Amino acid sequence: MSFKIQKEPIDPHALEARLRDDRAGACVTFEGWVRDHNDGEAVTALDYEAHEPIAVAEGEKILAEARARFDVIAIYAEHRVGALAIGDCAVWVGVSAAHRGAAFDACRYVIDEIKARVPIWKKEHYVSGESGWVNCATRAPAHQAKPAAAEIS
Amino acid sequence: MIEVTARYFAAFREQAGRETERVETVARTAGDLYGELAARHGFADARARCKVAINDELRDWDAELAEGDVVLFFPPVAGG
Repeated sequence: MSFKIQKEPIDPHALEARLRDDRAGACVTFEGWVRDHNDGEAVTALDYEAHEPIAVAEGEKILAEARARFDVIAIYAEHRVGALAIGDCAVWVGVSAAHRGAAFDACRYVIDEIKARVPIWKKEHYVSGESGWVNCATRAPAHQAKPAAAEIS
Repeated sequence: MIEVTARYFAAFREQAGRETERVETVARTAGDLYGELAARHGFADARARCKVAINDELRDWDAELAEGDVVLFFPPVAGG
């Protein structure tokens, strides 16, 4: 299996070792980190939730698509779930290939498809004490009711 | 009329105030059932941005429901 829903902190160095191969001339890795702001709101922490059976099946499907489309040697990805702090690694994608073009292209494809397709949800906690599910419509909580102009002025 | 189990995730779970419920419905498809449950629980996400799985397999909204199905409703995803 090459896609994992990870409950423990992601260890990029350990994961990179999985990509090693004497035929590889290129290694591209992507790390998604928890940042301290989103859409003009100061973010203090995040909770990630996944439906693991379908998340793993869909993740494996994405990696298989990348193997079919790009000339890669090894490919691996993990996504964290649970409570994460600012700076934590939320998602890791790594690709090795004989040449850099395929490694960059496959890595970009995999992270874009993970974000679009894998059943993982992110709840942001704000400095104000409010929280909200990213990308989901809500019945107008206070943090969305504020005019955008007030946040950036 | 069939009975199915609806299971909610993330924002849907919080908006519905529950993780699962048994639903008696005349809905023929997963999409019809979403319409029914969205009205009941106030889900505000457009169906096109959400996903549905039946018995742990992603399906299209026009997938037909059968007695005893477990229907998983996924609000818009936000990995990464």
